[in-house]
Amino acid sequence: MRAAPPRSVLLAALMALMLAAAIASLRLGPVELSAGRLLAATLGNGDRVAHIILFELRLPRTLLALGVGAMLGLSGAALQGYLRNPLAEPSVLGASNAAALGAVAALYFGLAALHPLMLPLLSIGSTIIALTLLFLLAGRSESPLTLILAGIAIATLAGAGISLALNLAPNPFAAMEIMTWLLGSLENRSFAHLWIALPCIAVGGGLLLWGGRDLDALTLGEDGAQALGVDLRRTRLRLLLGTAIGVGGAVAVSGAIGFVGLIVPHLVRPFTDRSPSAILLPSALGGAALLTFADIGVRTIASTNELKLGVVTAFLGVPVFLIHLMRERRLW
Amino acid sequence: MVMLTLSDVGVTLGRRRVLSGIDAQFAPGSLIGIVGPNGAGKSTLARAMLALVPTEGRIEIDGVAPAALPRRELAKRIAYLPQGQSLHWPLTVERLVELGRLPHLAPMSHVAATDRHAIERAMARADVLDLRHRDATELSGGERARALLARALAVEAPALIADEPLASLDPGHQIDVMELLHAEASAGALVIAVLHDLTMAARYCDRLLVVDAGRIAADGPPAAVLTPALLRTVYGVEASVETGGVWPAVTILGRAPD
Repeated sequence: MRAAPPRSVLLAALMALMLAAAIASLRLGPVELSAGRLLAATLGNGDRVAHIILFELRLPRTLLALGVGAMLGLSGAALQGYLRNPLAEPSVLGASNAAALGAVAALYFGLAALHPLMLPLLSIGSTIIALTLLFLLAGRSESPLTLILAGIAIATLAGAGISLALNLAPNPFAAMEIMTWLLGSLENRSFAHLWIALPCIAVGGGLLLWGGRDLDALTLGEDGAQALGVDLRRTRLRLLLGTAIGVGGAVAVSGAIGFVGLIVPHLVRPFTDRSPSAILLPSALGGAALLTFADIGVRTIASTNELKLGVVTAFLGVPVFLIHLMRERRLW
Repeated sequence: MVMLTLSDVGVTLGRRRVLSGIDAQFAPGSLIGIVGPNGAGKSTLARAMLALVPTEGRIEIDGVAPAALPRRELAKRIAYLPQGQSLHWPLTVERLVELGRLPHLAPMSHVAATDRHAIERAMARADVLDLRHRDATELSGGERARALLARALAVEAPALIADEPLASLDPGHQIDVMELLHAEASAGALVIAVLHDLTMAARYCDRLLVVDAGRIAADGPPAAVLTPALLRTVYGVEASVETGGVWPAVTILGRAPD
């Protein structure tokens, strides 16, 4: 087996990458801010335009990209470890779809227009309802399969609800509004959004990072893990709550952004010792960097309409899958 | 040192009665073999002692029910080598063995020097030191079985329950593993192994527990337990048992006529 770089080197490299992404995200966009202008605006003595662009547009957007990306990457890594399935990601538990359904309901019933916070709050609320349903459906069973089946049932139900809203949309504009939200974006997000998402991401992320060794023990199967002192029920509760709160909060402000949770763990895994716990933090950092870079791409790739973030991440996801497919078939 | 006592233990899984009326007492310093035909309930008995299945009756480990102990406490007292060689992620052998220290580690803490020593000792005893950087999922069946055994030894618990530790091992490695389990017992541990190979069981175990259809069919020293009559009733085979040597040698002659 190829030796992985020391963990500190990997973490430092990912942090540097994340920082580079953040700085680039603050600088780049329709109006490019030079390093000097950026610095002056940061210190509070720059020109007014630069100040507004930085603090009202790019800073919340960048922080959200970092936070949402970190949460998606981390939850993907945690769920892949827990479910012992390299194809797991937050959507397998129905968390993303449920959050999206809440947001779609807010748009459909016009609640989103009442107050900018209605949409994210409804989104988090519906994620919590979905989580409760998931618990009821999965029962006391500790098998990952039961959980996946229950998650698929919930995801399908939420997906059907979203389709219904599109189907019954009173006019094409309403349908368009819903579609646009579903594609995922960080455009025009303010600090108000950040204050909704950040606490959720902090709590959810903390829950997922805690006790990564339980995931390592699950490498030996459920009996093996329990015999090593792992309380499977508690582990499951921690993971479900972490995913629901964190991903719910993230999706509530960003819209549905797929593939980050799926591909980031695959990208960082070869640089670790491959144990589930070793992938958690690197996946969070990697997810933050990836989503921020994707968001820069969204802003800078010339197109008639601004590209949506979910579209870009989906395109990024495909090559990662192809590489894995080729490795599996030993073509490469 | 641990003492395991089972009184009138029964297990029902779903609607199936898997074990009933199990009475046994296991003392430290002995190697106990659980033998019996497929589906007799051997693995369930092992899992019952680890509180991995809901049980009726009374199980006590040093006077306490395993199910009443916090999982980590129980894990420190009984190490478990599950059946099969499932490994879901390609860990290196060293990382795999390190998992054995989990019951001793506080969450988010680092592996301490004492843990390192335990890991090294376990790898040395299971003879996997030279495999330490290899991917455990790419090892041969025998190498992987030894790596998993090292993982169980790294717990350094006073008791070890191994479910089919000889599966997929060649005769040489079977002897190595049995010697190791025997040495563990001689050093004072309580070792319970679910076994299929009656010759190995007869040769190394101090005591055999024969499980048949969820009940104990016989319990005692191998020479007393392994009789042609018992093998016919329990396994449905004709066998000859040579008792003249150092250990009883079982030769299976064929299926017993119905």
